[in-house]
Amino acid sequence: MATSTVLARPPRGRSKRPWPETWVAAAFVAPAALVVLLIVIVPLGRALWMSLFHIVLTRPGVEPFIGLDNYIEQLTSSDFWASTGRALFFTVASTGLELSLGLGLALLMDQPLRFRWLLRSIIILPWALPTIVNALMWRWIDNAEYGSLNALLTQTGIIHEYQPWLSNSDTAMWMIIIADVWKLTPLCAILLLAGLQSVNREVVEVAQVDGAGPVSLFRHIILPLIMPVVLVVLVLRTMEAFKVFDIIWIMTHGGPANSTQTIAIYAYQTAYQGFDFGRGAALGYLIALVIMVLAAVYLRLLGRTGR
Amino acid sequence: MAAGSVLATTPAERGLPRRRRPRRLARSAFLYAGMVIALVVVLAPFAWLLISSVAAPVDLLSKPLRWIPEHITFDRFVQLTVGSEPNDQAQGFRSAFMNSMVIASAVTALSLVVGTLAAYAFARLRFPGRGWLILAFMGTYMLPPIALILPLYQIMGALGLRDTPLALILIYSSFVTPFVIWIMRGYISTIPSELDDAARVDGCSRLGALIRVIVPLAAPGLLSTALLAFLMAWDEFLYALILTSTNASKTLPVALNDFIGRYGLDFGQLATGGVIAALPPVIIAFLFQRYIVAGLTAGSVKG
Repeated sequence: MATSTVLARPPRGRSKRPWPETWVAAAFVAPAALVVLLIVIVPLGRALWMSLFHIVLTRPGVEPFIGLDNYIEQLTSSDFWASTGRALFFTVASTGLELSLGLGLALLMDQPLRFRWLLRSIIILPWALPTIVNALMWRWIDNAEYGSLNALLTQTGIIHEYQPWLSNSDTAMWMIIIADVWKLTPLCAILLLAGLQSVNREVVEVAQVDGAGPVSLFRHIILPLIMPVVLVVLVLRTMEAFKVFDIIWIMTHGGPANSTQTIAIYAYQTAYQGFDFGRGAALGYLIALVIMVLAAVYLRLLGRTGR
Repeated sequence: MAAGSVLATTPAERGLPRRRRPRRLARSAFLYAGMVIALVVVLAPFAWLLISSVAAPVDLLSKPLRWIPEHITFDRFVQLTVGSEPNDQAQGFRSAFMNSMVIASAVTALSLVVGTLAAYAFARLRFPGRGWLILAFMGTYMLPPIALILPLYQIMGALGLRDTPLALILIYSSFVTPFVIWIMRGYISTIPSELDDAARVDGCSRLGALIRVIVPLAAPGLLSTALLAFLMAWDEFLYALILTSTNASKTLPVALNDFIGRYGLDFGQLATGGVIAALPPVIIAFLFQRYIVAGLTAGSVKG
C-alpha cells in the first residue's frame, strides 16, 4: 500500500509514508474527544469533588469537606426515596403504555389498509413537537377552568363538574403521563414498525401454512423475532423517562404537594432553590448511578436475546 | 410492500380463495376503526393548539367551550413575529428564535464534523483502546444532564461564558456528538471498505478518502443525522434554563417557560408562541420524514 501511494503521487518533500494507523485514529478521534472531555469528563470529576463538600451558596466561603455525608443524607431522607419512587412510577407507567400502544400502532400500520400512508405520515408529528410546546399544550388542555379536556368530558356527560386535573395530587401525575405517552408512543411505533418490516416474510408464511392464527403467529413467531427491537426501545425509553424533567417542570413544577416531584425535579430544587450545590451534586451522581445500572441490566438482557 | 403485512392472515392476502367473508369484514372494520381513533388522537391536540392560537380571548374563555371560535385573529402571530414596535415579550421571543436557530445550526455543524471524523476511525481503523473509547462516548450520551449541570454552571461562570450562546453550543455538542458517532459509525460500516482502500491506492490520505469517498456515499446518513442533531439541540431545556438569563442567549424553550409566568391566563399568546416554536421541527419532520425515520431506526434497530 505504501509503495503504491508513492507511485501514484510524486514525493513532495514531506513524509512519504502514511502515518501509522493508531496516529491517524488518534487524530480523527481527538476533536470529538476534546468536545466530550471538556464538557462531560471535567464536570463529572468536579461534580464528584463537589459532592464531598458542604457547599451552600447562601454561605459562601464556608465549604468544609464532609466525605460521603451528602450521599448518606440523601439515602436516609424520605424525600429522596419518595421522589425516586415517583420517577420509577412515571418510568414504568409511561414506558409500559408507550411500548404497548406503540406496538399496537406499529401492527396497525403494518396492515395492508387503505389510507395507511396517512397515519404513517402524520404519526411522526407528536414526536417532532418540542417537549416544551407539548407540555404547554397539555397544560392548556388540562386547565381546570377553560381546558378542553374538561369541556369535552362534561359536554359528553362523562363527568359533571370541571376537574382541576393538574392541581389535584391524585390526577396530576397521570396527566403528565398522558402528555408524555401522546408525544412518545409514535416514536415507539416508528421503531417497532421498522422491526416488523425487517421480519422475514418467509418464516411468517411457513407458519401460516402450518395453520397458525393471527394471535399465535404474533406470540410465537413475530414477537420473538422483534424482541431485540422491543428491548432497545425499552432501554431507551426507560433511561429517558427516569431522568424526566422538562415536561414536569412546565406542567406542574413538581406540585401539587410534591406529587409530581420526580428525582430530577428534586435534584434541581435542592440545588437551585435550596442553593445546596453539594447535595445537588451528590443527587446528580445517584441519578446517574441508577441510569447506569439500568443500562447495564438491559445491555445484558440485550446480549442474551440479541442472537 | 407487495408482501403485505406480517400478520396478514386473511385468505385473500394469502392468495387463497375467499371463504370467510364475514370474519374478514369484521376484521377490517376493527382495523379501520383503530386507524380512525389513532388519527383523531394524534391530530386533536394539534388542532386545539392551532385553534387556541388564532381564537379571540372571548372564545377561549367561553363556558361552555366553543370549539369553533367565532372571532379569529392573527394579531398575536403578527405581534410576535413581524409586527413593528414589538413589546418586550415579542422582542424576547424573536431573539430567542434567532438564538435557537444559531445554536441548533452551530451544534449540528460542529458535532457532525467532529462526530463523523471519530465515527470513521471507529468504523475503519484498528487502534488500542477502541472498544473502550466507544463505550466511553456512549456512556456520556446516557448521563443525565442533572449530574453535570452544577459543575458546568460554575465552570461556565469562571470562563465568563454564562449567558452566551457559545456555552450552549459547546454543551449541546457534547451530547449530540456521541449520537452522531453512534449513527455514523453504523452507517460507514455498511459502505464497503474496498472503496476507500481504492481511493487510498490512488493517492488519497485517510482524510481524503473520508471526504471524497465516504462523505458522498454517506450523504443520506449524514442528512438523517444532521436533522436529528438539529432537533435535539432545538428541544433542549434544562441546560438553557440554568445557563441563560437574558435575551443574549435565551432559547425558545426558555422563552416559552417565561411566557407561562408573564401571560398567566392568556393561553392564546402561549399557544401562538408554541406554534411558532414548533414550526421548524414539525416542518423538518414532515418534509424529511424518510431521513428522520431512517436515522431513528439506525440508532436503535440496527444498533
